[in-house]
Amino acid sequence: MLSRVANSIYWLSRYTERAENVARIIDVNLQMMLDLPSGSNQQWKPLVSISGDDDAFAKRYAAPTRENVIKFLALDTENANSIVSCLRTARENARTVREAISSEMWEQVNTSYLTVNAAASNQMLIHSPYSFFNEVKKTSQLFDGVTDATMLHGEGWHFYRMGRMIERADKTSRLLDVKYYILLPSVTDVGTPLDDIQWAAVLRSASALEMYRKRHGHIAPDAIVEFLVLDHEFPRSIHHCLTAANDSLHAISGTPVGMYRNLAEQRLGQLRAELAYTDIKEIIARGLHEFLDAFQTKLNMADQCIYDTFFALRPVGSGGAAHRITQ
Amino acid sequence: MQFSSYETADFYDEMLSPDGAPREGARLLKERIEALPDGELLGRQAAAERLLLQNGITFNVYNDSAATEKIFPFDIIPRIIEAQEWNWIEKGLKQRVYALNLFIDDIYHEQKIIKDKIVPQELILSARSFRKECVGLNPPQGIWCHITGTDLVRDRDGQIYVLEDNLRCPSGVSYVLENRRIMKRTFPQVFEASRVRPVDEYPSRLLSALQSLFPAMESPKVAVLTPGIYNSAYYEHAFLAQQMGVELVEGSDLVSANNRIMMRTTKGFEPVDVLYRRIDDDFLDPEVFRSDSLLGVPGLMEIYKKGRIALANAPGTGIADDKSIYAYVPKIIEYYLAEKTIIPNVPTYVCFEPKELAYVVANLDKLVVKAVNESGGYGMLVGPHATADEREEFARKIQQKPRNYIAQPTLALSRVPVIVNGQVAGRHVDLRPYVLHGTDVYVLPGGLTRVALKEGSLVVNSSQGGGSKDTWVLMP
Repeated sequence: MLSRVANSIYWLSRYTERAENVARIIDVNLQMMLDLPSGSNQQWKPLVSISGDDDAFAKRYAAPTRENVIKFLALDTENANSIVSCLRTARENARTVREAISSEMWEQVNTSYLTVNAAASNQMLIHSPYSFFNEVKKTSQLFDGVTDATMLHGEGWHFYRMGRMIERADKTSRLLDVKYYILLPSVTDVGTPLDDIQWAAVLRSASALEMYRKRHGHIAPDAIVEFLVLDHEFPRSIHHCLTAANDSLHAISGTPVGMYRNLAEQRLGQLRAELAYTDIKEIIARGLHEFLDAFQTKLNMADQCIYDTFFALRPVGSGGAAHRITQ
Repeated sequence: MQFSSYETADFYDEMLSPDGAPREGARLLKERIEALPDGELLGRQAAAERLLLQNGITFNVYNDSAATEKIFPFDIIPRIIEAQEWNWIEKGLKQRVYALNLFIDDIYHEQKIIKDKIVPQELILSARSFRKECVGLNPPQGIWCHITGTDLVRDRDGQIYVLEDNLRCPSGVSYVLENRRIMKRTFPQVFEASRVRPVDEYPSRLLSALQSLFPAMESPKVAVLTPGIYNSAYYEHAFLAQQMGVELVEGSDLVSANNRIMMRTTKGFEPVDVLYRRIDDDFLDPEVFRSDSLLGVPGLMEIYKKGRIALANAPGTGIADDKSIYAYVPKIIEYYLAEKTIIPNVPTYVCFEPKELAYVVANLDKLVVKAVNESGGYGMLVGPHATADEREEFARKIQQKPRNYIAQPTLALSRVPVIVNGQVAGRHVDLRPYVLHGTDVYVLPGGLTRVALKEGSLVVNSSQGGGSKDTWVLMP
């Protein structure tokens, strides 16, 4: 597969997944704010902070009000990571690889963009955004389904899945971070029903509430973190995502899982193994936010290695991936 | 929708006879359209446009905002060509493409046709599309023009003429296939009852034609070379690659190494055997043609000369669609094939010839003047529709560089019914059939019917406000 095409498919899937997760992140905050006792301060700045866009936001918006933050994260075409921008970038990537994907995939990504873009120009959106975010989630899931059912499950599909899973792992970690940033009205509220309600909101935004109940029953912060970070089987948990991304990476290169022949395999394998051999007590002892922060940095490094290994334009004569096999 | 107020006026109408009765092949279509409940036809037209938008079959008007993205105007009333007439067209096009291929090969080798004084030497050597770099080249299987799009028009009396040949990178075939797909969805019953010849096999025919260039290889690796997503025909490049199941590559995806053209893949470099290139000769190889080209591949021509890659169409084919060479095509056909030309040319005055130049300048109000190296409806003057000032200015241009201009009488192009503002109205059309030259010559039954949507306009190019229609060639 052409390097350029692989790169575009990878970003096509990352941006589709990103749009979905930005919707989830705004959604969780909307729910948390609704559940705060009346008179509490609305907290919207954290949403900008967890995506690392504080500077870009401050340049063009006065205060992090609900309206401004939703505008910035969902509709702002100058913010490359807004929902509308993500879907546009996804579509531009799809356009450059139209011949490599199925017609149904193209039509879906094109329709998603047109639908969401049309909805975005509706002034009512800021005031009642729920159905909009629902629509964004659905179009992303529809695209995922169409892709799964119409694309050859070969190299291109593995790049697609790897992109999707890496993006999802990153965004699940940020979704958890929202809870870290949102302050309860007072320190003594920790462990109260209000705290529980917020944790439940995190689960709901990850479409995880029912599955969590099946696994752990009562709402308990440690168990929730364990579920969203370490669960093998929940499709949005970080561990599950990295395992799937790692499987696809190895399917692409042909290297047996558990070994590595290039930096991408080494870095992603290391990160996955860390999750496989850690437990929730260690994470909590270290501090959830610190753990998530470090995880995001390592995931970025793995992504950089994927770029260097597969997408970068190498000079003639340097061959393909490196050849060393290491256990 | 009723045709009662529809006027064929003083033109040949592709659907109706002058008395308003449908032509034989269009009878069923007209009946069905008239039987539709009020508003139904317009509803289907709107549905077809929605489908085009959904499928992203759009113009790339490239600004940041999506509002500038437009679909190619499409009209859902098909244009019908009856079997007998099509047989004649098909024969004529095959004859023309055979002859033009022999002509190009001769021009880049012995130039017998010049020595025999059929075509003036100076006309060839002064053509901008003549590539001295191609002299002596032997393209695989001796084929130069693998893909040709020939524009046909019909005059008031019903006679069909060849208006021009496009042998470089003729575009539009993807719209033929997409228009058909949309028509099947919007008019299934009429379609079924009309016995229309299918067009779906074009991509596999194209792939076979490209692969036949290396008959000894089991499955030569084919790729489509595009200038990229900002090109207005990008949609077509991607579409054809997708339909053939081959890679779509940009210049930066390719390198020359070890006497091969290689693609950069996730697993290292892989060789390509055939490039269906959709970029102009000028941009193919910065080492040979324009050195500022970023679209091509340095070293490509060197490898092409060694026969290690095939290019379709071959570099240099443009010499045969220079508009002043066009005037000689009937003679070219007679010279190489010893046959009479089947589809006539539009009578053409070549300003390169002093006598004809004088006539052209004196009769600008009756003529259409075209620059020989332009396409897309640019650089032309439609004399009867121009102002006196415009004609004067053009006369000066022609006299400065006679070699660059030809002129033709203004034809009364035939018309078809088109939906305009909720009514059917007559608009002028042409037809671009597509011809493939592989081991044999294949003509796609139908082609792109282009419509000049502006009332009275004769310019059908999409860049000048033209639209398109599905073309139904009926089975015998």
